Amino acid sequence: MKKSYQSQEVNSIYNMKQVIHRKLGINSLRLSLIFLLTFSTSLFAQDGDPVAGKSLFNANCAACHKLDKKMTGPALRNVEQRLSEEEGLDREWLYTWIKNSPSMIKSGDAYANKIYEEYGGAAMTPFPQLSNADIDNILAYTATEAAPPPAPTPGAETGTAQVEGGISNDIILGALGLLFALLAIALFLVNKTLRRFAEAKGVELESTKRTPIWKAFIQNQFLVLVSVIVLLLASAYFVYGYFMQVGVNQGYEPVQPIHYSHRIHAGENGIDCKYCHSSARVSKHSGIPSLNVCMNCHKSIYEVAPETQQEGLAEYGVDYNAEIKKLYAAVGWDDAEQKYTGETSPVKWIRIHNLPDFAYFNHSQHVTVAGVECQTCHGPVEEMEIMSQHAPLTMGWCINCHRETNVKVKDNAYYTKIHEQLSKKYGVENLTAAQMGGLECGKCHY
Amino acid sequence: MKHLIKITIVALITVSFTSCNKKTRPNYEYMPNMYESVAYEAYQESDAFANGVEAQLPVEGTISRGYMPFDYAGDTDGYNLAKAELTSPLDSTQVDLNRGKELYNIYCGICHGNKGAGQGQLVKREKILGVPSYADAGRAINEGSIYHVIYYGKNAMGSYANQLNEEERWQVVAYVLSLKANLEK
Repeated sequence: MKKSYQSQEVNSIYNMKQVIHRKLGINSLRLSLIFLLTFSTSLFAQDGDPVAGKSLFNANCAACHKLDKKMTGPALRNVEQRLSEEEGLDREWLYTWIKNSPSMIKSGDAYANKIYEEYGGAAMTPFPQLSNADIDNILAYTATEAAPPPAPTPGAETGTAQVEGGISNDIILGALGLLFALLAIALFLVNKTLRRFAEAKGVELESTKRTPIWKAFIQNQFLVLVSVIVLLLASAYFVYGYFMQVGVNQGYEPVQPIHYSHRIHAGENGIDCKYCHSSARVSKHSGIPSLNVCMNCHKSIYEVAPETQQEGLAEYGVDYNAEIKKLYAAVGWDDAEQKYTGETSPVKWIRIHNLPDFAYFNHSQHVTVAGVECQTCHGPVEEMEIMSQHAPLTMGWCINCHRETNVKVKDNAYYTKIHEQLSKKYGVENLTAAQMGGLECGKCHY
Repeated sequence: MKHLIKITIVALITVSFTSCNKKTRPNYEYMPNMYESVAYEAYQESDAFANGVEAQLPVEGTISRGYMPFDYAGDTDGYNLAKAELTSPLDSTQVDLNRGKELYNIYCGICHGNKGAGQGQLVKREKILGVPSYADAGRAINEGSIYHVIYYGKNAMGSYANQLNEEERWQVVAYVLSLKANLEK
């Protein structure tokens, strides 16, 4: 071990280190013995690996079970302990139940039938692919202690920090305003004192009698004419601009009864627009989804991830979990009992994109036949926290797109015949929507 | 003093103009009676019905045009019956896997994954857990059971009967079966 060129000093240090290590070894042995003794009971009870169990649980069980919350099936925290204490059932029973619950129900097992009836005859899928060791791991995971609820302080802290940030911005602006006001006062005072000095010293301040500027202006008839014309043109410009934007709702973002974030749903989670707005594929309207479509996911997602919740509170001032509760109230879902109560109240969504009654527009024609992306007209919805109208939806805007857009005729049987005829007629390869008749009045106004 | 008055007047006018231009309120219209439909618009409020909305459910016992009633009940028995005997009305020439794929990716792929292995975007992001693979031996899905589940939903999965019509559902069933075959290879 020791090398010959090492000096005495190094050797002594080396020896000391060895001693320290040996002591540490003994200490750690002793510690682990104590540890073993104290936790031996629990160690004997759960001989599975909770980490492997977690991934197995998430892959196989989590569709119907949560640890602390009733879902399609019962909550599973400490399920083994509860079963042995309350029903006197051992792990063997669980093995059989998990691997083939239907046959167990058929065989007339009392508790199997009881739980089957309690959950409305929703049979548990058999899991023959799980080995006993897998089930041990899962049970070890279900026996882990519940993590203490995340302290609400960090959220509150960031919230207040954000508010403080807002206030401090205001304070900075206010301080700047005050500074400028003080400067103006100081200037005024300096001017006043200087004048007083001048008076006291008998300095005569020049005060030439000039014609006031407005009199000079009126006397110059040419200047009056020019400025009147400029004024008229400018006001005409603004009046025209004002009248042209009447009836245009670009940027309209009303406050909806339930705060729905397209940013989270379509952006972060990448849910297709047509998942919820399914009627855009097949009908004139791109419908607002009925609440059962929300419940497809929100039956399982009863609260958002803690980070999302914090982000919502800090950046947008929205409590996402409270919004999910609003959904449950509207659709009549009792989250604790996992049942519909039947008491529903329609949500009064506020319509944003609204064409006037005299213009016809068909979603399916644009979405399914023409294959236009939703974002072409609705803008980057997947980035919008609050939905707003992206396009002006004026006739000029429609016409412009019809003139510029080449119709995607490739692989679209709908267009094969008409495309041949029209491309011969116009002598072009790519047809725009306008050349296909997209400018005819009667297409949209009838 | 006079200046102050002028400045306040100008400020008041600008404020009054800008406050009318709030983003949370719709703009003025020229002739509302030409803009707004006399007939009920989709989802409009309406006092013609007791529950105050225009959109009504079909009268009980009626069948909408182009729809076929589905004779299997939405419970476990109905599921087992559909699994045992329900088969697709589409023959091999009517099955369009491209359309099936398109619809599948919109409605199913978000949880079940575009390959059907239960690894959709929502599962990967741990929003929804425990989505099984189509090749799961314990479930042993087939034509009839897939259709039944799309129609009624099962456990945590909701019904997709209102997003897909009958023919589209069968196209999706065909595509799911092709995914299952690929997974089992």
